[in-house]
Amino acid sequence: MVEVNLWSGLKAYTGGADKVEVEARNVGELLRGLVRAYPDLEPTIEAGVSVAVDGRIIASSLTEPVSSENEIYLIQRLKGG
Amino acid sequence: MAPDGNMTNGFKVVGTRPKRPDGVDKVTGRAKFGADAAAPGMLHASIVRSPHAHAKILKIDTSKAEALKGVKAVVTRADFAEGLTGENWNILENVMAGDTALYDGHAVAAVAATTALAARDAAKLIEVEYEPLPHVTDVDKAMAADAPVIRAGAADKSVPEGMHPNVVRYHESGHGDVDKGFAEADLVIEESFKTEATHQGYIEPHACLAQLGPDGKGEVWCCTQGHFNVQKVCAALVGTETSQLRVTPSEIGGGFGGKTVVFIEPVALALSRKANRPVKLVMSRSEVFRATGPTASTSMDIKIGMTREGKITAAQGVFRLQGGAFPGAPMEFTAMCAFAPYALENVHQIGYDVMSNRPKQAAYRAPGSPMAAFAVESVIDELCNKLDLDPIEVRLKNASKEGTKASYGPKFERIGLVETLEAARAHPHLTAPLAEGQGRGISCGFWFNHGGETAVSLALSEDGTVAISVGTPDIGGSRASMGQMAAEELGIPYENIRTTVADTATLGYNEISHGSRVTYASGLATIKAARDAVKKLCARAAAKWGIDEEAVVWEDGCAKPSGPNAGEFEPLPLAKIARSMGRTGGPIVGHYEATPEGAGVSFATHIVDAEVDKETGQTKVVRYTVVQDAGKAIHPTYVEGQFQGGAAQGIGWALNEEYIYGEDGRLQNSGFLDYRIPVASDLPMIDTVIVEVPNPGHPYGVRGVGETSICPPLAAIANAVSNAAGVRLTELPMSPPRILKALNDQANG
Repeated sequence: MVEVNLWSGLKAYTGGADKVEVEARNVGELLRGLVRAYPDLEPTIEAGVSVAVDGRIIASSLTEPVSSENEIYLIQRLKGG
Repeated sequence: MAPDGNMTNGFKVVGTRPKRPDGVDKVTGRAKFGADAAAPGMLHASIVRSPHAHAKILKIDTSKAEALKGVKAVVTRADFAEGLTGENWNILENVMAGDTALYDGHAVAAVAATTALAARDAAKLIEVEYEPLPHVTDVDKAMAADAPVIRAGAADKSVPEGMHPNVVRYHESGHGDVDKGFAEADLVIEESFKTEATHQGYIEPHACLAQLGPDGKGEVWCCTQGHFNVQKVCAALVGTETSQLRVTPSEIGGGFGGKTVVFIEPVALALSRKANRPVKLVMSRSEVFRATGPTASTSMDIKIGMTREGKITAAQGVFRLQGGAFPGAPMEFTAMCAFAPYALENVHQIGYDVMSNRPKQAAYRAPGSPMAAFAVESVIDELCNKLDLDPIEVRLKNASKEGTKASYGPKFERIGLVETLEAARAHPHLTAPLAEGQGRGISCGFWFNHGGETAVSLALSEDGTVAISVGTPDIGGSRASMGQMAAEELGIPYENIRTTVADTATLGYNEISHGSRVTYASGLATIKAARDAVKKLCARAAAKWGIDEEAVVWEDGCAKPSGPNAGEFEPLPLAKIARSMGRTGGPIVGHYEATPEGAGVSFATHIVDAEVDKETGQTKVVRYTVVQDAGKAIHPTYVEGQFQGGAAQGIGWALNEEYIYGEDGRLQNSGFLDYRIPVASDLPMIDTVIVEVPNPGHPYGVRGVGETSICPPLAAIANAVSNAAGVRLTELPMSPPRILKALNDQANG
């Protein structure tokens, strides 16, 4: 299981939890696992999110590996000018 | 990915300052910009725009326009795809209004004719019947209970119950206990700030030439930061298949985020399809101001607590961003960037995305971050002043470092904020005496930077020269830096390489040139493509020598045996292998296609001296120093240019630039005479210091540099002006009337 830290605004979709656990080996599985466990997260995740793995921000790739050893944060999808 | 051997072995080409490859074309007028495109039989187009801030469109009568000599096509919303959802629907609604005009300048119809004059005359003959609706253009008023609703149902599920329907997205993040932190502070300052919308101010207006046939095959030539995005969006909006539309980017006369968006290309395509002729569409300056994206305007509340020793005990911010008549104001970045420079145990930030009757905001260099820095760094400066603390030492005491838990959640990797502060502290600017009426301001700033989908192809010619094809429009010198990185890898002269921005049919999908991603992501892809080519070159040498490929190394532009055991052979230079490649296995081309995910975040520290005339409110920036972490500067002159450009745009944003709306909701200053951007005579020479703390996610350590440079200026200038004027300025721009008002308010207690 990997622990995923959510931004506070997502607590409304997870029964008040800002830290949840899902079974995942990569970012894609992590996002799918979140939607399975908390279906209300789907619109947010579909709209686009980034995943910070040990501080490295994964903006797009679903294949980046994750494990229980990693510090994982869901953050909003990065764009720029 | 760790920075590889080149970082320690020393560079030969990277870090030097070769001539820019586009320089001669641009100074001689040979470079082709968006409006330079032409085609046989080409028509010219003009767009009819709403004169109302908010109005129902009751009827559009195009009959008189269609009867005018030379008119070949008229389009309205009915000529675009139906059934779109999500962001494509939002883009179409902005490109061509449906049943409601949502802002002054919103497109409602378009016409194509044989001459530009005939198109403009025809546009005047299109009769639109409107029913004006109540409007709102101010962010705070748009959130008030009595504000007119821009579009019911636009809010997503993140918005707490009870908010006005114009609040369409909500963000909340942070950690610790801010109430506990404020209780531990010796001084707590709470202040509110506002910033106006500013335009990116690119000199080249949006322009395109488009052709779309009845078979659904089409071409677009346009000025854009992302032609693959233009392809994707246009295909959806006109209802054709993506691969049937080929998009070629022109040279670009500035973008700064404003050309990441599609405005006119679908209109030109729809007109072309109807007329069965190519259609050229060029925006006027007024149209650029009225109908393309400025940045969001903001209203912000900041509260920070600090001990007498300068430790920040808690920080909290509320950020309300108005993004025009559509969702998307970058309030989450404002919130996430606001306190990123500081290691905080207690921090809390809230963001609101608010709709109003203004044009859809677009990204502008580090979208959302400069406004946050203005508010937060102003309060930090005020705390330093009141506690009699040194502003650099306070920032160093609280600075984020590798391993710090960022205000937005995760721990930072290797970052260079402390190094920029130490370089600023050592700079002579910081101790130079100030003249009467002058004040000094310091600020830090932060931006994430980005990677994104990237594809690069690198082809050898038989004469040993190399052609690189990239899919990211060159908005900041990337053709030079790609050439340098390839030259470094291949061991050939920079002058033997030409980099071209290829069209959408040539490469796989490339994300837009945004997020300061190009030197990082296309650079990484260029390095990898060059290494792919080197592997193939070594294989050809191995085959010639009859040895294993692993026994060949690439050094100084030559294939060589890896050691005595590999055998004794004369080194084979690239040109010699390339000369015979057709007979030794075929063309040699290196490729790399990936989504690099190691873009390193970056920080900057700016020092500004400003002089305020207290009688007139006039402000002059008299000295400016930018210190920024570039990771590794591939072409230092371009890096310095990015630093200076961000500072110059920040000076305009801080002192002069603003969207001014009348009571009628119409933009009153849609031209450069009334919307004043700084020109060379307004600016001092902007000094630059490049700090290099390598990004662990790039082979050479590159971090993006294009956006971070605009994060600190608003705050650094506000701090300098406030210190010079003796009164805290909390609204941008700090134009003479605002400075005089602040001085008068202070004098009147």
